[in-house]
Amino acid sequence: MTTEPAVLGALTGVRDPELDQHLVELGFVSGVDVDGSTVAVRLRLPTYYCAPNFAFLMAVDARRAVEALPGVEVVKIFLDDHFTADEITDAVQGGQTFVEAFPDLADDELGELRTLFWRKAFTARQARLIDAQLAGGRSAEAVAAMRLGDLPHDEDGERCRELRRSLGVAAEPDSPAFLLGDGTPLTATELPRFLRYARLVAVSLEGNAGLCRGLLRTRYDLTEEEVAV
Amino acid sequence: MYEKNGRKYFVVDEHVHFWDARPENRNKYGEGFIACFYDYHRNLSPEEWVWPKEKYDKYSEETMAHDLFEVGYVDKAILQSTYLLDLFPGGFNTTDQNAAFAEKYPGKFIVNGSFDPRDGEPGLEAFRELVAKYDLKGVKLYTADWKGQSKGYKLNDYWSYRYLELCEELGVKNIHVHKGPTIWPLNRDAFDVHDVDHAASHFPELTFIVEHCGLPRLEDFCWIATQEPNVYGGLAVAMPFIHSRPKYFAQIVGELLYWIGEDRIVFASDYAIWQPKWLIEKFVDFQIPEDMQSELGTISDDQKAKILGLNAAKLYGIEVPAELQVAESKEDVAIGSEPVSVA
Repeated sequence: MTTEPAVLGALTGVRDPELDQHLVELGFVSGVDVDGSTVAVRLRLPTYYCAPNFAFLMAVDARRAVEALPGVEVVKIFLDDHFTADEITDAVQGGQTFVEAFPDLADDELGELRTLFWRKAFTARQARLIDAQLAGGRSAEAVAAMRLGDLPHDEDGERCRELRRSLGVAAEPDSPAFLLGDGTPLTATELPRFLRYARLVAVSLEGNAGLCRGLLRTRYDLTEEEVAV
Repeated sequence: MYEKNGRKYFVVDEHVHFWDARPENRNKYGEGFIACFYDYHRNLSPEEWVWPKEKYDKYSEETMAHDLFEVGYVDKAILQSTYLLDLFPGGFNTTDQNAAFAEKYPGKFIVNGSFDPRDGEPGLEAFRELVAKYDLKGVKLYTADWKGQSKGYKLNDYWSYRYLELCEELGVKNIHVHKGPTIWPLNRDAFDVHDVDHAASHFPELTFIVEHCGLPRLEDFCWIATQEPNVYGGLAVAMPFIHSRPKYFAQIVGELLYWIGEDRIVFASDYAIWQPKWLIEKFVDFQIPEDMQSELGTISDDQKAKILGLNAAKLYGIEVPAELQVAESKEDVAIGSEPVSVA
């Protein structure tokens, strides 16, 4: 039999694809109930109108992550207070695809959307890693020459490695540490331009995440510390 | 007009609403919508500016005129008609309602209309009549608007182009684009502004003002705006961060100045979500924090004057007293470099 902390632990492996942060730190998990081999998870979002495609991905990913825990047989994911709460809750419970859940409103599954946001997340993480290297005194040339194995094993470094595997990009320790959007290694000449844009992506993602956290706190009358269950 | 330290600023608030979200004018989706708006209001306003929910659902004409023109420094406000008929059966705010309000305050408002490309052929004629009736110079398009089974549309759809062609023909030059959380098809990113890119290339005579400067997709917005000279960024929703998250606000403004330049950014309060008075006061006092200036530069009083009113005045042909103008920059101020692809 599993436990509540184990379920929460599994949910830290599930990210909001749009924000590249996990559901527990974002405060999106409002309840976990373990009853024998059955687990119920309640999800809440910052607004009634958060985009249904991202909400669907989070609910499906949450189900998969909890199902993978030993001793779990049935997982129920409930999305609360959302305009597509019923559609998403029913579809995820019934193992339906996004197109099945929204038959007249969608023309494809969500793979392309997920990949697009992995790319954005990858760009933003690279911006922070490059900035840290430059701040540490490395030259543009030295930064461009770095290998993946040279990157720190902090959150940005680890997430970069993970995102490269998700995107099917070389992720060996001797692979180039930083890549342009087309997958070619970053050069010292291109670094300033790339960094300027990559920082913009980071600003956009971080700003959006900050807004979402603020709205969630306001919506549910939470303090900063209360966002997690 | 706002005056600080002897400097005067002409103010155009390019995005205001006179909405009706009372319980008797909303279904459950409308209730969710106004609750979401109210959370934006509560979360990002200074405490003393937070309204009770009842007032937020529906405020009087007098209240709005007072907040904008008597205490809010606004010289001219643009009422952006946002119908949302599937959420608010009588309309959240329609062109007719906004025009009736504007008539009572001569010279203070500009009324923008709207069209819905999903109205097809019959809608074209109705739009032509609407433009003639109110002498419209602009429209607001909410691409996430629902219509029956549909949960939104793109600006580069066939029917959108038909309506934009008509806008061109009728001299409806200013197209305010507001992205929301849904679109057709629902599996795409609804906030993506690339459809604006296509439309802006196709209609170089029209100006596309992307509301809340593309947030939450600032990067997509800057990307397209560097390439399309007829794309502007509206500061609705971005403005209130000046209070709650000033560093983030500095980043937004710094990035916009870098990528699209001072001539294509326009101020908006998004009233009644936020109030122009405190936004304008804080904006005129605002400077990019010192530790961010090496990357983002600074913002000058002339740049603030352009953003607060002069840029929008140009778009709408609003007369500005000579002493409130700023000298034209002699050089091209667009400093945005060629963007690099990340996708």
